[in-house]
Amino acid sequence: MSSTNKAVGILAEFENPSELLKAAAKIRDAGYKKFDCHTPFPVHGLDAAMGIKHSKLGWIVLCGGITGFLVAITMQWWMSAVDYRVVVSGKPLFSFQAFVPITFELTILFSAFATVFGMLALNVLPQFHHPIFYSDSIARATDDAFFLSISAGDPRFRADETRTLLESIGGCNVEYLIPPASAADNEQEDQHS
Amino acid sequence: MSSTADSTTVRPPLISGNQTFSTITQRISEIVEIEVQKTPKAWFIAFGISSSLAGGMGLMIAYLLWEGTGIWGLNQPAGWGWAIVNFVFWVGIGHAGTLISAILFLFRQKWRTSINRFAEAMTIFAVICAGMFPGIHVGRAWVAYWMFPLPNQMDIWPNFRSPLLWDVFAVSTYFTVSCLFWYVGLIPDLATLRDRAKSGIRKVLLGIAALGWRGSNRQWSNYEKAYLILAGLATPLVLSVHTVVSFDFAVGIVPGWHTTIFPPYFVAGAIFSGFAMVMTLAVIARWIYKLEDFITMRHLENMNKIMLLTGMLVGYAYACEFFISWYGGNPYEQSIFINRATGPYAWAYWTMVSCNVLSPQIFWFKKCRTSIPVMFVVSILINIGMWFERFVITVTSLSQDYLPSSWGYYIPTVYDVGIFIGSFGLFLTLFLLFLRFLPMIAIAEVKGVIPEADPHHYDH
Repeated sequence: MSSTNKAVGILAEFENPSELLKAAAKIRDAGYKKFDCHTPFPVHGLDAAMGIKHSKLGWIVLCGGITGFLVAITMQWWMSAVDYRVVVSGKPLFSFQAFVPITFELTILFSAFATVFGMLALNVLPQFHHPIFYSDSIARATDDAFFLSISAGDPRFRADETRTLLESIGGCNVEYLIPPASAADNEQEDQHS
Repeated sequence: MSSTADSTTVRPPLISGNQTFSTITQRISEIVEIEVQKTPKAWFIAFGISSSLAGGMGLMIAYLLWEGTGIWGLNQPAGWGWAIVNFVFWVGIGHAGTLISAILFLFRQKWRTSINRFAEAMTIFAVICAGMFPGIHVGRAWVAYWMFPLPNQMDIWPNFRSPLLWDVFAVSTYFTVSCLFWYVGLIPDLATLRDRAKSGIRKVLLGIAALGWRGSNRQWSNYEKAYLILAGLATPLVLSVHTVVSFDFAVGIVPGWHTTIFPPYFVAGAIFSGFAMVMTLAVIARWIYKLEDFITMRHLENMNKIMLLTGMLVGYAYACEFFISWYGGNPYEQSIFINRATGPYAWAYWTMVSCNVLSPQIFWFKKCRTSIPVMFVVSILINIGMWFERFVITVTSLSQDYLPSSWGYYIPTVYDVGIFIGSFGLFLTLFLLFLRFLPMIAIAEVKGVIPEADPHHYDH
């Protein structure tokens, strides 16, 4: 079949979170690396079943927090004790105690920005084009369906073997992810032949 | 046995009505997907009233900007009137939203999932209302940006030793972080709406807002970490915000303000009033949209218990203030507290005490705790009482401080009252738009707490 050659991935549906969890572990054990699960909500234990390491987000947030802290302290010191020196009620120009609230707030603010934009960066979002959307049924992954997808870029990916494997571990509605343009080409080819 | 524990064998399930994943999606999404003509009549009536009030407020603010703050009842000595009272009131309302979304998340209180989305929305809209008041209170609102440390032609910087400046940073950080938290929570639900959208334009707009979310577990992994960290950041933030708001008072040397109990007392009061507002809105939304399966009696009862607890905390703070003013031996402090309870503002003081301390006591009885009319009325009483608390703190202390020669009675004008009522209009307008266009219950999170979401559910 010519269409399977153009497949950029394969998608299988599983009945429930439990089936998906078992399937993900089997795919991981079969040596696949470029595979993913698609679920309407985070399924408990799926990270371990897929062999995903802990998110690195915490380190990004730590950097954001330290930046916020330094920015706040430097800003307040420079503005009150260097650039615009005004003595208020006989207090020292640089009195860190009075600068604690704003330093705290800016630490939180920068950390929160680092969290959100760090999460988006790690997830490569926004990403409006993705091969998974070649499938029509993937829309149900945000409703009530549980999918497992394997990319054709995985060294172990073989269109037929991978399909058989997915079906043998309980995958149903298995479909190849084929770019729409090439799907149209294939139809034409089929008609000509 | 605590009803906040999630042992489903002894307690009713969090979500009732035999919901499946797809019925949850359907029930919550259909509210925002219906055609314009099919929007409930009650929504249009409420929107008409609240947007008119907000519009009226807009006109009054225009007049205020034209004429100046003299149109308010501010006088010498009461230079802070309703604008500051309303500011503290609205910031406080917002705090319950963050408590529900962040603190209850850290405590693994799964019952929060049904109410966190609209509690967070409430936070954002309440902070918008709050932020407006200092902005128009500065008198020359067109230079309100002087509050921020921006380079300017006068070559000066704000005073970083002033609690009022701390407040600018605290409230703007709070608003920003609340918006981020809310949006992150919305991403998976926006993707759900995107995948259900029929019309092209709706699909495109929701597609952009959902950022291409595809429910991938590699994404969920980072997403859940981000959610946890945001909850961890929002928790100290929410405590700091009302602490800083209380510094606006506590750092001043006005009698009745200059006390160390203010930060915890303000935070407890904020959570108390915020829960009352969540309750008022939840009861109405649940009734209009028939969401009894999602916002169950268990959710409402838990909120009532929190109101009982925080009501007692503010009651304790009222008592403690009196004790310390006597024990501290400062005659000015003593006189201000005696004045609060027996002076010209005694009516406001006792309104506050009866609404905040006495009315929640009814929640000791399970029958009252689980009665919708009772909780609705009590939640409104608490809203009133908490507004009066801020009025008592702000106005009684200012109008009768050290020198009897500079005492004065503060009377609000029609503009004070009108702008306050109008701020409710603005708040409700935004809230109704939210109910109409965004999922008011976190779809993905609710799915995660039904028994079918647990892989072990299928082991038998």
